[in-house]
Amino acid sequence: MFSRAYRTVITVPPLLWVAIFLLVPYALMFCYSFWSVNDAGTILHSWTMTNYHELLTKPVYWQTLLRSMWIAARVMFFSMLLGFLLAYFLSFHAGARKDLYYQLVIIPLWVSYLVRAYAWKTILGTDGVLNTLLQYVHVTKHPLDFLLYSPFAVVLTLTHIYTPFTFLPIYASLEHIPRHLVEASHDLGATPAQTFWRVILPLSIPGLLAGATFAFVLSLGDFLAPLLLGGPSGIMISNIVVSLFGAAYNWPLGAAISLCMLALVLALIFFSERLEKKWSFQ
Amino acid sequence: MNGSPLWLKAHALLVFAFLYLPIAILILYSFNGQGVGGFPPRDLTLNWYRILFNDAAIWDSVLNSLLVAASAMFIALLFGIPAALALDRANFPGKALFRRLVLLPLILPGIITGLSLLMLFRVSNVKLSLLTIILGHGTALISVATTEAFAGLQKLNRAQEEASLDLGATYWQTFWRITVPNLKLSIIGAALLIFTLSMDEIAVSFFLIGRDNTLPLEIWGRLRRGITPEINAISTIIFMFSLAAIVLWYRLRTRAEVTSEIAAELVETAGS
Amino acid sequence: MQAAKKNMATKTESATTQTSPSTSNSLVSIRSVAKNFGKNIVLRDISLEIAEGEFLTILGESGSGKTTLLRILAGFEHPTSGEVWMSNERLDTQPPYRRRVNTVFQSYALFPHMTVEQNVGYGLSIAKRPAAEIEQRVSEALAKVKMSAYAKSKPSKISGGQQQRIALARALVNRPQVLLLDEPLSALDANLRREMQVELKALQREVGITFIFVTHDQEEAMVMSDRIALLRSGELEQVASPREIYSRPATSYTAQFIGHTNLLHADVLNGTAMCDRLTWPTTIADGEALFSLRPESIRIARIAPPAIGQQKAEPSIRFRATLRDQVFHGATELLRVECAGGLLLTIRTASRDLPKGPLEFEFNAADAVPVRATRLGSNAPDSASKDSASKDSSSVNSSSTDSKPKDFKVQDSNTEVASPKFIKSVKKESA
Repeated sequence: MFSRAYRTVITVPPLLWVAIFLLVPYALMFCYSFWSVNDAGTILHSWTMTNYHELLTKPVYWQTLLRSMWIAARVMFFSMLLGFLLAYFLSFHAGARKDLYYQLVIIPLWVSYLVRAYAWKTILGTDGVLNTLLQYVHVTKHPLDFLLYSPFAVVLTLTHIYTPFTFLPIYASLEHIPRHLVEASHDLGATPAQTFWRVILPLSIPGLLAGATFAFVLSLGDFLAPLLLGGPSGIMISNIVVSLFGAAYNWPLGAAISLCMLALVLALIFFSERLEKKWSFQ
Repeated sequence: MNGSPLWLKAHALLVFAFLYLPIAILILYSFNGQGVGGFPPRDLTLNWYRILFNDAAIWDSVLNSLLVAASAMFIALLFGIPAALALDRANFPGKALFRRLVLLPLILPGIITGLSLLMLFRVSNVKLSLLTIILGHGTALISVATTEAFAGLQKLNRAQEEASLDLGATYWQTFWRITVPNLKLSIIGAALLIFTLSMDEIAVSFFLIGRDNTLPLEIWGRLRRGITPEINAISTIIFMFSLAAIVLWYRLRTRAEVTSEIAAELVETAGS
Repeated sequence: MQAAKKNMATKTESATTQTSPSTSNSLVSIRSVAKNFGKNIVLRDISLEIAEGEFLTILGESGSGKTTLLRILAGFEHPTSGEVWMSNERLDTQPPYRRRVNTVFQSYALFPHMTVEQNVGYGLSIAKRPAAEIEQRVSEALAKVKMSAYAKSKPSKISGGQQQRIALARALVNRPQVLLLDEPLSALDANLRREMQVELKALQREVGITFIFVTHDQEEAMVMSDRIALLRSGELEQVASPREIYSRPATSYTAQFIGHTNLLHADVLNGTAMCDRLTWPTTIADGEALFSLRPESIRIARIAPPAIGQQKAEPSIRFRATLRDQVFHGATELLRVECAGGLLLTIRTASRDLPKGPLEFEFNAADAVPVRATRLGSNAPDSASKDSASKDSSSVNSSSTDSKPKDFKVQDSNTEVASPKFIKSVKKESA
């Protein structure tokens, strides 16, 4: 129905933009990861596998990657647990207040990520709100020091930040479940609990997968919360990349790590999309 | 559906407490005379706001952020809406790849988008400045404009456009008089979302920053230096602005939804 | 006036109970059920006995409350007041999953993540039946609805008609005491719908389960039901067998909703009804009255007068009328004729060529059935209007006093109401 000119006008500009600002940069990242840098800080444009060799042989890289994945997995687990139960409550039990509660979940997203992470720092710090509160009510004599500058602080903060993100797709998939399917299940003798396990949960799998991917991928790539709250034991893979692009000045090695992260993330997205397709019935 | 389990209600209450605790702390301690931390808050004061209003660096960064957000919004809409149209109604080689590429920044950690663009600007000898941040935000947020506009297009009845063409309107006229009005809500929603996401963006800006700071980067710099209660003050102000924007947007949206619901009901009654 | 209305309401209740085949084998008993959604009154004071093995259709327009009544029986809604009993047990206090009642949903509500087989076996699996039994009963149920070949398919892969059969099998496999069907055929195309009507009726006879079927399609109701409960604005208008409800409609609403009819406003004096220049004998008391005369009850008069014996049994009323309009319907055609006094009537005859000029028509006086006037499209029907005792002439008179029209008036543009005002406008056009 649309003319050739119309189709050209809507297609060519975005295609060009995407080619210049997405495709070319990714290709550059790929190239950089096979280049190297000499002691004088000059980038040598000859192809080499040095960076990948270093990644595989120096344990600090893959250990940090594993730790990042472990932190991301915990964030994913907790934000899915909180997000799913909240979404289930809203979708099936909140009645007329549903929309209000929904807005209440969204509103924290409008407060700067940095500022919220920073607020957790003021809560968890040695002289922070929590420690002074605990001492004020005489629960503890001395400040608890494991709260801040630890993987715990990172997991807590990232869970706080990504719970609304996980909630959104789960809530959408729960809202998409036709209510007469729930009625049909009750009609066929299933109690609310049986209906939850056999109808509601299987039908919300696409949302759960999307939420899980969001939480895992975004927290895996995070470098601000670890810098702010993580301390030495809370360092994540992106922090290494940041330092390689900054003070350490080894862009090629940084590009190689980024590319590995990108590959990991793309594999995850691909995998979760496959599963989502299998479980989507709309 | 009657009577939800108590533990589910309690859980919801706890999640809301978890989500709002830092925000409450933030607002509370922006009035705390003792600076950040310490319980209970004491010596309530407006001092931090006074300091904030005399802090030129912060206000410069706010202006920079507003400029970046507005420009990024313009770029993202300018390219994102045609991208949605192209995905909806044109076929070209590489369409599947194009779709993935456009939407990728939505799910990718910001560090990857930021670094890859940094390499582009390095190789092409572009000096880092607010412009590079604008280009970065625009690129990352095209995905938002495209998803929102695409969702709007899915709801649009294609017959409306066909009717317009049939009645003698050109493609251009049809686009402005039928397509855009139908996408109005999606576009406004996308614009607001892009604006706020850009205002808060830091992972991409982190790598593309030149001499001038955006607000999040200014905040970041101060946070790295130490505890600074005026950050609480500016965050409280931004939160209040955002809240006002949400309420406004929500009003707008619900009115549209109510109207469409009434229309749907009318159609239903007429049909049966 | 209030008291009289109340009186009427109680009378109705007893009348409704009497019309059910026999109260002794009543399976489901709906007692004074009412339902409000906020200020919106959906059902008021519904009482109905449903017999074991009966095919009962709840018929009504959209918004009449028929689906709400069904959902109360299924347990998805709770009555605001009143009770529902089944086999001498209180039903309305039970949650849906404890009722031996199963539903075939209008949208079928098949679980998209389960195969056809898993869908049908869901209820048995929930009831923790042994696997072998589930398998056997599922395959029997699928065979019964001729869907064995699709056991492993996902619901999204089969057609609407097939989904409908699966929904039926999924409900029946649990051997419920009552099967509820919420407009299950409305999504099917006309041919398939007709086919399924016959099949559904046969299936019901075979399994012997009570079917409660909700529809807005009066033809469907006629084809399938043992009894029809006609619902109007949340109240039962009439409960009777299809034959009775068609030939003896209690009210003008029933007469118009079920089939087509001519509504005649007549004055009755000394056993003779008179509408315009048309007169016929009647047994009802003097006063103004409304009669329903079906279009097919009027026929073109034979040249020779009918045999004397026949005339005695059913007095035949003859009149002359001019043909105004003729609509061909295949086997039959609808004629619109104007009588000498200007009265317009619709007549259904076998299709044939008709001579020009005035024609002679006749009908049997017994086919002009006295009905009580019910206002159409009003949300608050007068409580007297649902009295099903059409032979009770006194009730007809007393009730028509409140809605007695001073002048004959057009009641509904869709139905044939003989009215001089309407005729005048037609005359102007033809002049």
